[in-house]
Amino acid sequence: MSAVAPSAAELPPPVLAAPSAARRPALRRFMRHRLAMFGLVAIIVLVVACALGPYLSPYGPLTIDLRHRFQPPFEGRHWLGSDQLGRDLLVRLLLAGRISLTVGFAAMGLSTAVGVVIGLVAGFYGGWVGTALMRFVDAVLSFPAIFLLLTLAALVSPGVLTITLIVALTAWMEVARVVEGQVRSLRERDFAIAAEAIGVSDAHLMLRELLPNIMAPIVVAATLNVARAILLESYASYLGYGIQPPTPSWGNMLNNAQEYLTSAPWLAIFPGAVITLAVTGFNFLGDGLRDALDPRLDVHR
Amino acid sequence: MNSPLLQVTDLAKHYPVAGGRTLRAVNGVSFTLRAGEVLGVVGESGSGKTTLGRVVLRLTPPSAGEIVFRGQDVTHLSRRALRKVRRHMQLVFQDPYASLNPRMSVEQILAIPLQVHEPSLGRADRRSRIEEMLRTVGLFAEAADRYPHEFSGGQRQRIGIARALICRPELLVADEPVSALDVSVQAQVVNLLLDLRERLGLSILFIAHDIAVVGMISDRIAVMYLGRVVEIADTLSLFNRPRHPYTEALFSAVPDLGGRRDRILLQGDVPSPVSPPSGCPFRTRCRYAEPDCAVEVPSLVERSPGHLAACHRPELVLASPLSDVAPLPRLR
Repeated sequence: MSAVAPSAAELPPPVLAAPSAARRPALRRFMRHRLAMFGLVAIIVLVVACALGPYLSPYGPLTIDLRHRFQPPFEGRHWLGSDQLGRDLLVRLLLAGRISLTVGFAAMGLSTAVGVVIGLVAGFYGGWVGTALMRFVDAVLSFPAIFLLLTLAALVSPGVLTITLIVALTAWMEVARVVEGQVRSLRERDFAIAAEAIGVSDAHLMLRELLPNIMAPIVVAATLNVARAILLESYASYLGYGIQPPTPSWGNMLNNAQEYLTSAPWLAIFPGAVITLAVTGFNFLGDGLRDALDPRLDVHR
Repeated sequence: MNSPLLQVTDLAKHYPVAGGRTLRAVNGVSFTLRAGEVLGVVGESGSGKTTLGRVVLRLTPPSAGEIVFRGQDVTHLSRRALRKVRRHMQLVFQDPYASLNPRMSVEQILAIPLQVHEPSLGRADRRSRIEEMLRTVGLFAEAADRYPHEFSGGQRQRIGIARALICRPELLVADEPVSALDVSVQAQVVNLLLDLRERLGLSILFIAHDIAVVGMISDRIAVMYLGRVVEIADTLSLFNRPRHPYTEALFSAVPDLGGRRDRILLQGDVPSPVSPPSGCPFRTRCRYAEPDCAVEVPSLVERSPGHLAACHRPELVLASPLSDVAPLPRLR
């Protein structure tokens, strides 16, 4: 493998898009990235468990069993213990995961779409349109995301849909900036000028020539956005502005656990651990994708 | 002779740079290109020749001047209106690696011009046009199913030429089309362009820094320095009797196996087009410069029929490659 490094240095600067055959090295780089593989496995395990787990459990998430309140974990019938109403913590955790992951992915999809559209338009047209859009991005970015989130959440009635929208509204700016910068530089590249010289429509130029060549940074930003969205949803729900009980979410489970922090610490520890696992998983995955897709930023060697 | 296909008058392209100053990349260029003619544009990097090509094709808006193409003033056409004109004017790039979208197959790349300008063409017709064009530029029809990275530099340049010519344009701007290629491949591509010009009745604006390559293909040559045309003449006239010291220096830079000629080495780099020298822009590097050269900018003056030069010292007799050395081979 050591022979790879010097020959790579002699090659012309990496072509902007790895062509189909050259995508293999990216896959190999990704597979070798241990943290990214860990993140990927953690995410898959979480998603599968949240999707299937509740069906396999004898307990319902809202089933109250006052005789078995505050069961500690790893003993008795409840694997991860039970809460103040005797509800099974594991089932609630998995069901909360459905909500939290759904919010995470949906907010990611929405924020990425908004970011890509705004970034494309701003980078492509430039001029006062681009300036206006990007200054607006800067303005939104200058609000601390958490305050923006709480302000918006205080104004609308909380629910899965609204919290998704709100989280997405605080997370699209990064994508917009990445896309805008890439589009602005790719527009000057010869293949884009060639398309322009042919006389293609602006939509063709943006969607067929430019966008496919910036998928890599978009995928990276989108992955990191999932982690961010899960975290933001947890913040909001923990503070009581997000998903409302009895619907469980990782954030409002933490909120609920506060009162019993000394008597039943597992009620806080497990939701906290799952949030950490999910967020670090997506962050590692995003870092791994970045390193794999953009060899120029290879810092792990 | 023929009516002009392209007429460019006092064309200028200025870019604002830091400090409120102006970079004059193209500074008052005028020329005509007749139908079926090849006009070469030579100059060092930074002379504004690439910008000139881009402005002529309206890929970047001119700051001043006028472009008349096929009898139509295209200087101020909107992007939308330009789309109709674009099928008649096309571009070939220097770098055959960067100018083809790596995500598209050759068929997809060549299909785009047809989809834009001949949308009524059916799928099968389009495919046969693409295969025909690939054969015209000396590739196999099966190349359509491959991706750009599977080809060599010269083959990719052929793909670029195929893309430019598939809608049968009248004007081709070839921006350093051979300077990224091996010497043996250069000759092939130049021959291909000459052949296509003959067969398709193409007019070519051939931009390059190598005056020997330009001499092989061009009917007339314009020599550019710091955004201005300093000399323009028929190829033979220019090679026989250069009238500008910069042209003489360019000839002297051509490698010479005999080694008989004395080299004229230009001192230093091209001055910055942000702050060009006063008077004659070339005077800072000119071996014949006199104090008077710093006073005013020389204008292009006709020295012999069709041979214009911008020099304050018309009496100079400059060395030419044809007078004391064996003539440069003209292909065909």
